[in-house]
Amino acid sequence: MTSGRTVVEFGDLSTSTRHVNDPLRSARRSAPWWLWAGALAIVLPLGVSIVALTLRVFGATDAAWSTLFSPRTLGLLWRSFLLTSLVTVAATAVGVAGAWIITRTDLRFRRFWGVAFALPLVIPSYVIAMVLISASGPRGLIAQLSGTGLPSMSGLFGAWLALTLSTYPFVYLITAAAMQRTDPALEEAARGLGASPMRVFRTVTLPQLRAPVGAGALLAALYTLSDFGAVSLMRFDAFTRVIYAQYSGRLDRTPAIVLSIVLILVAGVIIWAEHRTRGRGTVFSNTPNRRHSMYRLSGWKRAGSIGGLAAVVTIGTVLPISVLIAWIVRGVINDAAASIPWNAVGGSLAAATAAAVIAMVFTIPIVILSVRFASRATMLLERSVFVMFSLPHITIAIAVVAFTVTWARPVYQTIGVLVVVYASMFIAQSVSAAKAALLQVDPKVEDASRSLGRGPFATMMRVTVPLMSKGLLAGGALVFVTTLKELPVTLLLSPPGFSTLAVRTWAAADELLYTRAAVAALILIAMSVLPVYYLSIRPREAS
Amino acid sequence: MRRTLVILATLAIIAAGCSSSGSGSLTLYSGRSEDLIQPVIDAFTEDTGISVTVKYAGSADLAATLVEEGDASPADLFFAQDPASLGTVTLAGLFDTLPSDILSQVPSRFSDDAGTWVGTSGRARVVVYDTTKLSPSDMPLTEDGFTSDAWRGRVGIAPTNGSFLAFVAAKILIDGEDATRTWLEGMAANDAPRYPKNSPIVAAVNAGEIDAGLVNHYYLLQALAENPDELGANFFFTVPTAGSLVMPAGIGVLASSDNKAEALQFVEWLLNTDSQRYFADETFEYPLVPGVDANPILPPIDTIPTPDINLSDLAGALDTATDLVAEAGLL
Repeated sequence: MTSGRTVVEFGDLSTSTRHVNDPLRSARRSAPWWLWAGALAIVLPLGVSIVALTLRVFGATDAAWSTLFSPRTLGLLWRSFLLTSLVTVAATAVGVAGAWIITRTDLRFRRFWGVAFALPLVIPSYVIAMVLISASGPRGLIAQLSGTGLPSMSGLFGAWLALTLSTYPFVYLITAAAMQRTDPALEEAARGLGASPMRVFRTVTLPQLRAPVGAGALLAALYTLSDFGAVSLMRFDAFTRVIYAQYSGRLDRTPAIVLSIVLILVAGVIIWAEHRTRGRGTVFSNTPNRRHSMYRLSGWKRAGSIGGLAAVVTIGTVLPISVLIAWIVRGVINDAAASIPWNAVGGSLAAATAAAVIAMVFTIPIVILSVRFASRATMLLERSVFVMFSLPHITIAIAVVAFTVTWARPVYQTIGVLVVVYASMFIAQSVSAAKAALLQVDPKVEDASRSLGRGPFATMMRVTVPLMSKGLLAGGALVFVTTLKELPVTLLLSPPGFSTLAVRTWAAADELLYTRAAVAALILIAMSVLPVYYLSIRPREAS
Repeated sequence: MRRTLVILATLAIIAAGCSSSGSGSLTLYSGRSEDLIQPVIDAFTEDTGISVTVKYAGSADLAATLVEEGDASPADLFFAQDPASLGTVTLAGLFDTLPSDILSQVPSRFSDDAGTWVGTSGRARVVVYDTTKLSPSDMPLTEDGFTSDAWRGRVGIAPTNGSFLAFVAAKILIDGEDATRTWLEGMAANDAPRYPKNSPIVAAVNAGEIDAGLVNHYYLLQALAENPDELGANFFFTVPTAGSLVMPAGIGVLASSDNKAEALQFVEWLLNTDSQRYFADETFEYPLVPGVDANPILPPIDTIPTPDINLSDLAGALDTATDLVAEAGLL
């Protein structure tokens, strides 16, 4: 792994040992109490609910243990692991390649590509799966239009395709944001010394991006691990399938709980592995807002880049939207009733906005703790954030219902709890994005603020937060769009009368009312376009 | 940055405030979907002035939620797709007993023995099949025939779905545990394609991906209303078997409700002629109150052979059903 070694060398430019002289750490100070208070405020409620749920293992029945240790369960665990690996590799490759082409080359219509390439992120994975299934097959839409149909989409390939499309935008968005932030000087130097563009990318650009690419890949892996909708529609036997089956098939909750804990452990292993391979690929930039010179694409490289982008955008964005529009057209022709579900539009907008704001606010203390005050405790804090992201949503829903109904009755089934749960289960995304941003901020700037008389809080608000604001807002936008898509937690925790577009889409599709499903899904996609536009191509700060 | 946050936070608070609902109304947990049921609820509110706040989710999920909530449930009523979910709540002792003048409106086989819930509309288990590949004469006598070699890989099932598990529970009550286990193992050995729920099976039959599937009858009719060109059709078994069982959707009033009089008014509403008519015409289900005819595209309900079981026992067999499905390797 040449790039791995390069990473270490970059780290070694400024320091030799980790914690003591860590260049990212705040100089010899301990973390202010209010950072911990803020971080724990968002992690503890959901964390405690989940721990309370896991304690029920001690009352687990024989059914739970025999389910856990059956050869079939172990086989499903292996299949989930296989799918997660394949999706992560593909999502990382597509995401990084796309980010480079879109942010670093003289591609035309960059804004269009930037948004179109990120758009699959906002389409719920079960909608992507549904659309792929309905387009392929002997009587699918493609067969109707072209005369020759593709084989039916299912199994490992179908699940892999649907989930790769759903998850590569995580890698793309976080990597593209980081690519815009890195210091152009190093790449210019390498190019000046005669390195080919490919070599510059491999030995200079990529090693600097180790942290953001790793963060994106981690989100992709955890998303895949916890997905139920796409794998079940693609009829791929994954581990979440047993959890849902045990949950809906019996009153005894312990088998579902025991199996959920296995998934928590697997997520823990993935998080640990990502951390081990990450290395220290960070270089501070003293001129972070300088423009990178754009790589000039010529001839076959231009054709190949545009062709590659177009292929991904066609399958991941154009196809789903076309199929949804086709459903609406067919419904209108056949007089199927459909109107705009305003109640759900309002519910989606309110819940997703509130969740994004809460997540952004609480991301600040978590990220500052984990970067500036790195210790075993902050590592545990950060990992627990990722574990919460990796849990199957049904597990989270059961945990929160059980906890609030027993211990927090007055807030049970209120919109407040729903929004806080959204924020804490998705905060890993804003933590990832903001951390990648903060890792590139030199703590000397903060030290300067402190030595000029600002207190720690003022320094955080005036210096640290503004410097990481791009990453933070990108993270908030990610939380916004994933909240829009969320289903199981919404169904179980929402107050009576509350509805969202994801719920409307799912419920209508479940009744085969494709027209209504398509209307709700298209509004959901439209609502996400603005944050995604903001996420993918942002105006440079004039600092 | 900070200004953006302030604006977003303000928007969020305003939006959250707008979407909170008023109190003093009926709260309904509905395992039946908003698309199918909301018009009936709107008509009730318009007629009586009683507003109904609804929580929509899966029937089994809501049953589990009610069990977790116990006496603290905000729900006044539970409206479910299947007798197994209703029975779960009955077993937990959370339902009140309904008055006999409500129970007597519906044939007793479609209500709980103890009177905790009443059926509101019926849905039959059927075989949905691709008319370009099969005709009714190709069908076996019962679902047991689908384990033969001729059907290898051709018949879709939804083993993790509540309605399939309710059907397996019914099969245990009808044919016994051993026969049910043998059947499930046979379906597994026959590589029956497995789907997450009914609707993708119907979609797969219409798309020509599989030849047939075990589902509830009304999904196909819903799909035909959206697209009359679909090539699927329903087949009803002609002998009494779990594969042709009519299971009711039903409703019960929770013992913890503070609005029982209004709740009973709502139950009555679902059984009145207009609502029953709506179930027949719009959701393609069987009305259960005598005097209202089923949709003419359906075979009359009394022509469907009825296995001799008590639907109140269904919930009790649900855990065994899940065990058998798991043991057969179908989960």
